[in-house]
Formats: sequence, structure tokens, C-alpha cells
Amino acid sequence: MGVISSKLGDLGVVTTTLDTAVNWARTGAMWPLLFGLACCAIEMMSTQASEYDLSRFGMELNRASPRQSDLIIVAGRVTRKMAPVIRQLYDQMAAPRYVLSMGDCASCGGVYNNYAIVQGVDEIIPVDVYVAGCPPRPEQLIHGILTLHERVRGERLKNWVVEGAR
Amino acid sequence: MQIPAALDAVTTFEEKLPGVLQGTHVFRDELTLLVQPVDVPRALQLLRDTKGLVYNYLSDISAVDYYEPARGYGDYGDRPERFGVSYHLLSMLYNRRIRVKTYVSEDNLVLPTVTTLWEAANWLEREIFDMMGIRFEGHPNLRRVLMPEDWEGHPHRRDYPLGYETVMFSFNVDEINRHKPYAKE
Repeated sequence: MGVISSKLGDLGVVTTTLDTAVNWARTGAMWPLLFGLACCAIEMMSTQASEYDLSRFGMELNRASPRQSDLIIVAGRVTRKMAPVIRQLYDQMAAPRYVLSMGDCASCGGVYNNYAIVQGVDEIIPVDVYVAGCPPRPEQLIHGILTLHERVRGERLKNWVVEGAR
Repeated sequence: MQIPAALDAVTTFEEKLPGVLQGTHVFRDELTLLVQPVDVPRALQLLRDTKGLVYNYLSDISAVDYYEPARGYGDYGDRPERFGVSYHLLSMLYNRRIRVKTYVSEDNLVLPTVTTLWEAANWLEREIFDMMGIRFEGHPNLRRVLMPEDWEGHPHRRDYPLGYETVMFSFNVDEINRHKPYAKE
């Protein structure tokens, strides 16, 4: 007994709910998909670089495979040719999966109100958080991510079955 | 190595291919040659293979739609047909450029391919086919290159709809949301 307590530094016992523990784990290491479409991706990269340092939230690691990622940041305008690719990537992600629409183009088409651009990525995949801006500054993207974290912290285990794969 | 003296393109055409040249056009000291669609490959081959010309680099192929209703006055103005296609050549030996231009009729949208002369023409011609709908006879792989495979229409034509959607404001958000297709999981 004494060995274990001294190794743990005599911290005693911490109690919490399973909801909180699971959500803490999810928000603490929400790996984004390595996915940039246009200039917004530059801001996304700078958010992850040393200046804004997204690794403070456990999100510095972009996974190149949708099967290993929890979050897809749609960073840029979505062309109609790219739309089926995004849908396929989203379908390949394991639940729970989250979508952040970064910038005006991904959210509503932005200045590209024409035949070639999907007028909002929410026509293809369900979006959790929209971030406005053209492009959004890293602070705005971090604010969007923290908003998503807050949403995830509010999730309850008992809703998993009801909401399915959400 | 002795470089042969540079030749004039127009006189070379009159010597080697009489009757092919339909006209010339000079803008800012840059020469454009007008030819018929069927004559495009041999005109380009003459420009590429003649000593003293050596326009050996195909830098671009571009197409224009002189759509008559969009211009506001009749019969395509001074253009004989609706579509114009220009081939932009560069002579790396003499460091000069030339354009070969041809007009394609709306009723017979076919041009002979120049992939036989330059492999680089492959994607340039595919792009023109994709955007303008001009077919290239003899092209090895004439598919769309920019738009999706199942796309209908040719977007760079002047009579192609822009696909504009109504911008969402607070006063019409309900109206738009009734029709807008949102993804459901």
C-alpha cells in the first residue's frame, strides 16, 4: 500500500462522473484531420505552429487518415468536384466525429457565389461550429475550437444510444 | 554553332504554304496569324520546324466566346464565328513569340488536335473542351479536366448560367432555409 501511495504522491482519491472523464479525454486529444482546401489552411497551420500553439489543447497532431481523427476542419472553399471526397472522408471517420467549418467560404460560399462552389459545406456534412472570417485569424479558430470543446463537455453518455453515432 | 538568321513568319508562309494565311494582326509589335481550322496543324508545324523560325515551345492554347447577344450588336462584330481559339508559341532560340488564331463555327465545333506536334497540348485541349465544349479531332484522351466527369454544360461559355444563389440575410433566412438542402448525418 505504502509503495503505491508514495508513487502517486499521496494525492488521495479524486471522484468524478464518467461523463466528465470521457469528455475530458475527448477534448484533451481531439486530433484534427490533415485537411486544408485553400488559404484558410495557412491560418490553420499557423494556429498549430509555435506562435498560437494549438498543442495546448492536445490538438497539434494532424492525422492524415480519417480513421484516426475526431475532428475535420473544413478550411477553405469546397468545390463541387471536392464535395464527394469530403463526404467520403467524413463517412470514414469513427464516431464521435465533429466538423468545424472554418471561414466564410466553407460556411456559406463566401465571395464565391457561383456554379463551381458548394454554398456551404453544411449541404454535404453536418457542421458543429462555424467560424466566420476571410480568413479567420488564429484567435478566431481557437475560439471556435474552444466552443466545440464546450459543446463536447456538455454531452452525456445516456444520449449516446439515442443520438447514435453523433 | 552558327545560328541561322531569323526569318519573317509571313513571307515564310507565302513561300511554303501559299493560301493558308487568312490575315495578320499586329498589336504592340506582336504578330498574330489567322488561319482556317483545318490548317492549324500544318501551320504550327511550319512555324516549329522551319529553320529561321523555330517556334518550338507551345506556351498556351486559349479559347474565347464572342457570344453575340452578350456583345449587344449583331453578327459577332468583326469576328467571323462565335468561338476563337489562339495558339501561343514561343521561339526559345530567337526569343520571340507568335500567335496563331482560328475561328470555330458554333455549328461545327471541331478542331484538329495538335497533340501530334506537342504532347503538352493534351491538357490544354482538354481544358478548352471542358470549359468551351470545342472538340479536338484525334485527341488521345478527350475528357473533362477541371469539372467533375458527370458535369453538364461548359462553364466558360457566355450563355452558361453563373449558378448564383440568393445571399442569406436575417430577413430572408427562413425562406432560404425552407429550400436549402442541409446534410443530415
